[in-house]
Amino acid sequence: MSSNLEPAKVQTRMQRFWDSDVWWSFKSHKSAVGAAIVLALVIITAFLAPVLSPQNPYDLAALELWNAELPPIWIEGGQMPFLLGTDVQGRDILSGILYGTRISIIIGIASVAVSLFVGIGLGLIAGYYGGWIDNVLMRIGDVLLSIPTVLVAILVSSVVQQFLPPAFREAGLAAVLVFAIAMYSWVQYARVVRAQTMVERRKEYVMASRLVGTPARRMMFNHILPNTLTPIFVAATLNFGLAILIEATLSFLGVGMPPNQPSLGTLIRVGNQYLFSGSWWIVLFPSIQLCILVVAVNMLGDWLRDALNPKLR
Amino acid sequence: MNTQIPALSVNKLTKTFDVSAPWLNRMIERRPKLFVEAVSDISFTVEKGTCFSIVGESGCGKSTVARLVTGLYETTSGDISFGKGAGGRPIRVQMIFQDPHSSLNPRWRVGDIIAEPIREMKLRDKETETQDRVRELLETVGLSADDALKFPHEFSGGQRQRISIARALASEPELLVCDEPTSALDVSVQAQILNLMRRLQKELGLTYLFISHDLSVVRHMSDNIAVMYLGKIVEKSAVEVLFTAPQHPYSKLLLATIPDIENPARRVEAQAGEPPSPLNPPSGCAFHPRCPLAMDICRQERPKLQDLSQECQVACHAVS
Repeated sequence: MSSNLEPAKVQTRMQRFWDSDVWWSFKSHKSAVGAAIVLALVIITAFLAPVLSPQNPYDLAALELWNAELPPIWIEGGQMPFLLGTDVQGRDILSGILYGTRISIIIGIASVAVSLFVGIGLGLIAGYYGGWIDNVLMRIGDVLLSIPTVLVAILVSSVVQQFLPPAFREAGLAAVLVFAIAMYSWVQYARVVRAQTMVERRKEYVMASRLVGTPARRMMFNHILPNTLTPIFVAATLNFGLAILIEATLSFLGVGMPPNQPSLGTLIRVGNQYLFSGSWWIVLFPSIQLCILVVAVNMLGDWLRDALNPKLR
Repeated sequence: MNTQIPALSVNKLTKTFDVSAPWLNRMIERRPKLFVEAVSDISFTVEKGTCFSIVGESGCGKSTVARLVTGLYETTSGDISFGKGAGGRPIRVQMIFQDPHSSLNPRWRVGDIIAEPIREMKLRDKETETQDRVRELLETVGLSADDALKFPHEFSGGQRQRISIARALASEPELLVCDEPTSALDVSVQAQILNLMRRLQKELGLTYLFISHDLSVVRHMSDNIAVMYLGKIVEKSAVEVLFTAPQHPYSKLLLATIPDIENPARRVEAQAGEPPSPLNPPSGCAFHPRCPLAMDICRQERPKLQDLSQECQVACHAVS
């Protein structure tokens, strides 16, 4: 929407947000505020990892083998600066978690962004044009959804990795993961957008716009898309948590991030092997971090779903 | 007022909709394709500066006519032709919609909604001129120029309908198709909107094609009326002729439903039935199952629209 009206007396977007029901509902939901604070903390610490963490886990030269498998600091044998202990190669668990969280969040955001882009685009086209385009796109989506998520992702990431030239294999891993997750989750957005588009395109404001000859592309993006965004916003938040989990699952199964670029899932996989040798901290703390992250995102998503649902107001 | 120049002439207009089940269902259940004839073979002319109304029950195809005239639907057969407008170009058509809550995009500011036709059709060169035009239009329909900065949800139903009218006027049309513009409003607001529309008709020389089921509204607004039943025009008259001496039994039935203030306890002759399904219309005259005058010929032959007098045409075997 191109608003070229003078900004006198007009509320800015920010002012409208502070006045809105959504902000009011957020303030009165303790769980939502709590989840937001926790999520903000997790994200900020993850992105400040290079500053905050005592050790750079990617720097092999900084690792000392005699620091291997140190327990957390409050247990006999724990050492500064390894607050949460170290793994078998002498890597600081806390640093690993901070860097790993960063990777998990980046992959989560990237896969949500990619699947939003694809899902919104295809959903708009399917809903707006209908007919055989709609049928073809939605049947493709049905087929994708009928295969278990993790299987699709494993398939995609292992096949694509085979086709990547070896030089790119390491660097392209994150991109392949994002692709594998997005491959599955765009369907959900496409369905939501399609359903909403089919409702909106029959509304009279769309007809009024058609009467003045608005081209289809502008109709879809300026008129229909803004009216489908509310459910998409909720789905995207909930799917962000899901994407992090899928990534962790894939990494845990060994088709995700490699051990030298560990995400939370990789840390859990590596730590899992030492669980029975008594080094429980290697697996426990990354798992807790993953739980906190996903629970916070989901609580925020649940609140958002209620706050934006006009029937529950 | 009658300058006798047609602004719109519709000739043998027919629209059928394909309402068949999806291909796969049809194949499995061996059902044929299904078509509904929403509008069948109707003709009328609207003269410049007049208001032509189409009345009828819901489902009789009057909104379809409106959408065919504006070009939102493709015609199946027949043609729609427009007269010449300002500067010799074909007449521009715009539409006012029924539901003021869905006819304005809730995410757009009112100023942008009204400016959309101007921007899309490139009627003004500069953005400031567009803004001036928006302000002028808002004042024309009785709103304030500052309202351009508000969102539709800040307005009442009547005010939204004014915005809708302003948007329709933005493209400088000569013919306005009004699809039940007041039926979603309460009575006091209806009168304001209708008076606004009449004022605009006088000031701008507009021609209206007015669709309604509300006979008192139609009487207030129009010069000529067509009564539709199941996709066909059954009676076409000048407004006073229809209201004083309705000819077709269906027109009589419609007029009998208007409450009479002088005689609230009058006996209304109950005429049973409701309109038949357009999927399976009755043979001959579509009205014969409900008609008190039905004869044998009514069941077999579809009546044609015939002149009764200069101002009245009726499609009925019993009357003409």
